[in-house]
Amino acid sequence: MAQEDTNVIDQPEVLRHKMVTIEISGKKYEVPEGITVIKALWYSGQEVVRGAGCLGGFCGACATYYRTKDDPKVRTCLACQMAVEDGMSFTIMPPFPARKALYDIQSLKDPKQDLFNLYPEAPLCRNCNACTEACPQKIDVREGVWKAVFGDFKSVSEMFMDCVMCGMCTPVCIADIAPNLVALYVSRAQGAHFTEKPQGLDARIQEIQDGSFNDEWNKVLAMNEQELADYCATVK
Amino acid sequence: MDIHALQQIVHQTRDARRKQTLPKFSPADRDQLIHKHHPDYRVSAYRPIRFGPNANDKTVVELAALLEGDSPIAESIDLTPHFTTDVLVVGGGGAGCAAALHAHGTGAKVILATKLRLGDSNSVMAQGGMQISVAPEDSPVTHFLDTLKGGHMQNDHELLKVMVEDGPSIAKWLIELGVLFDRQADGNLHVKKGGGSSKPRLLTCSDYTGLEIMRVLKDEVLNQKIQLLEFCAAVELLSDDNGHCTGAIFKDLDNQRHVVVAAKSVILATGGIGRLHIQGFPTSNHYGATGDGLCLSYRMGAKLDHIDTFQYHPSGAVYPEQLIGALVTEGIRSEGGHLVNAKGERFVNELDTRDVVSSSIIRECEEGRGIRTMSGRVGVWLDTPLLDAEHGPGTVEKHFPAMMMQFERFGIDISKDPVLIYPTLHYQNGGVKIDANSETNVKNLFVAGEASGGLHGRNRLMGNSLLDLMVFGKRSGLTAASRAGSMHQGKLTVKHLQRFRAEANKHGHSSGVISPMILPAYTRKEPERIAKG
Repeated sequence: MAQEDTNVIDQPEVLRHKMVTIEISGKKYEVPEGITVIKALWYSGQEVVRGAGCLGGFCGACATYYRTKDDPKVRTCLACQMAVEDGMSFTIMPPFPARKALYDIQSLKDPKQDLFNLYPEAPLCRNCNACTEACPQKIDVREGVWKAVFGDFKSVSEMFMDCVMCGMCTPVCIADIAPNLVALYVSRAQGAHFTEKPQGLDARIQEIQDGSFNDEWNKVLAMNEQELADYCATVK
Repeated sequence: MDIHALQQIVHQTRDARRKQTLPKFSPADRDQLIHKHHPDYRVSAYRPIRFGPNANDKTVVELAALLEGDSPIAESIDLTPHFTTDVLVVGGGGAGCAAALHAHGTGAKVILATKLRLGDSNSVMAQGGMQISVAPEDSPVTHFLDTLKGGHMQNDHELLKVMVEDGPSIAKWLIELGVLFDRQADGNLHVKKGGGSSKPRLLTCSDYTGLEIMRVLKDEVLNQKIQLLEFCAAVELLSDDNGHCTGAIFKDLDNQRHVVVAAKSVILATGGIGRLHIQGFPTSNHYGATGDGLCLSYRMGAKLDHIDTFQYHPSGAVYPEQLIGALVTEGIRSEGGHLVNAKGERFVNELDTRDVVSSSIIRECEEGRGIRTMSGRVGVWLDTPLLDAEHGPGTVEKHFPAMMMQFERFGIDISKDPVLIYPTLHYQNGGVKIDANSETNVKNLFVAGEASGGLHGRNRLMGNSLLDLMVFGKRSGLTAASRAGSMHQGKLTVKHLQRFRAEANKHGHSSGVISPMILPAYTRKEPERIAKG
């Protein structure tokens, strides 16, 4: 494989193979600098069952508390999306027993009012902002809770599109609100009740039911392999 | 060399490239390219399966070993059921949730078991969108033809027709549940063009389509109070005297105990095989993508289809190290992002099918026009800043918030700098052979979603997976549930294991491995010395 050496990226973190000391749930381990938090768990010999999911930053299974060297501030991250550094200390968050309200989204009569029956704690936010600080997806969670309470469901649904449901906003809430669950309810209500029905979709479903494509289907399905291949090639 | 210095060529050549149009390859050139460079044609990676329903068929060595693998279950196991149900769904991703909800909706008793948490799956990561022919200029027939072309004409016509025709009603169902698809100004569904498709057909929720659908479906499974068995990994199926499926045995990963579930029907929605790291490829797949459903069905006598072909998504991240294998959504190319080699040249029509684009990237790298990282990886550039140049500043941030955040965490601004990519193991094109109701040749054993095979032929078209999950999840759920009322729970035995083991013995015994794998063995074996301090 001929490769010009000019096309090589210098990656200091790979070149150095530097080991760093980190603390996992209070115990110290040496691991290579720059690997992800989840890989540091595997590297230190731990079996991971709870605490890993999609490994791509979307499922929220690996919600983690961490602190960097000499910093008193405990932060949050997704373990599959965070690189370790020397002196870092972390613990995977255990599942938090938040209460999820049960509802039948389609039969709600007044979703904006129903919010207060389903999540009566939602309007009790005391503005401490801990939820926003806890969010690894950088959502303005506190603002979202207020918007939900004031009935601006559209904004909430847009703000929480990034939400991976890791639930890190929940244990920090002094008013016992589960902001991610409130936002999920609000987003679903926005989709099911306050978003225009797409006319084109209903028209297409009707066309299929009416057999509008039957002639074309009959033509295509009657073709032999070669005819079909030739026909496919004409579709541009 | 510093990454920024190497990226300069992409910035320098951008304006010239914008004026270029690259034609798609002719069918002959396409075949030649794939045969020469696609990993599916690397002969040494394959071997024939020695016994079972697909004896002598070739597949990759990693999968062959698992299919021939022995069950962890002894024939003397106590099969007194811990739970009894009409429909047992195995898997908590898109297909599993769809199956459970539809079965439950008919009044059947449903248990959903999953080896991780409800929703932990590949579905949740699907960024590109879901193909459904909703646009006036589009039709289910065109969707059918595009998919067939993408699948190298090898798709099962019956399955494919069912999928494209069920599509629009699936979109309606999801909207009624509250899924927020992107809209046009007139309220109709916004459609984007995907690789290999002749018409814009991708329904999206920005680049969080899978996450948005899964948030809603998970929530609905909980609202419907469907019984869940989380952290329970299926390790064996159960059969009656006729070889029909009658339930499954699980291993509870929290306490290592066996859990026996008697069921009138079983729906396996166990997903793909990315975590087998076929041919050493990194993968975009979730932690549990270890092909468990394939092994379980195979031992029961279910026939597999197209298990020699896998999809290597063209754009897996190569840099930084932490993101290796992670997906860079095809949406970037749908919106006009170029692939650029080390010389600053484009080398493929970026909207060709995934196998063609992947093969061309591998060709560029094998022929010395790739960019190497010091860890020995190689890739080509995906020109992400081009989107802002083309459609106005802020486009990347607005359309791809998930990807912006993913790279931002490592100090990379993809709206300003191109990203380095190389194909990543993404999808199992084949799987367990099913009929239009998602049932296998083993009675009362259904398979839905990525674990099934036939629908996608030899190459799945972008955006067809999310639809596959919903359509065949629904069909399996409805069929299994409708059967429950008129049938009795069959006997619980593991007689199929006797047959399987006898056959394994005839062929010099199994591969020496126990399957299913359940989770990849990433834990470092050697005990690590605790640091002083």
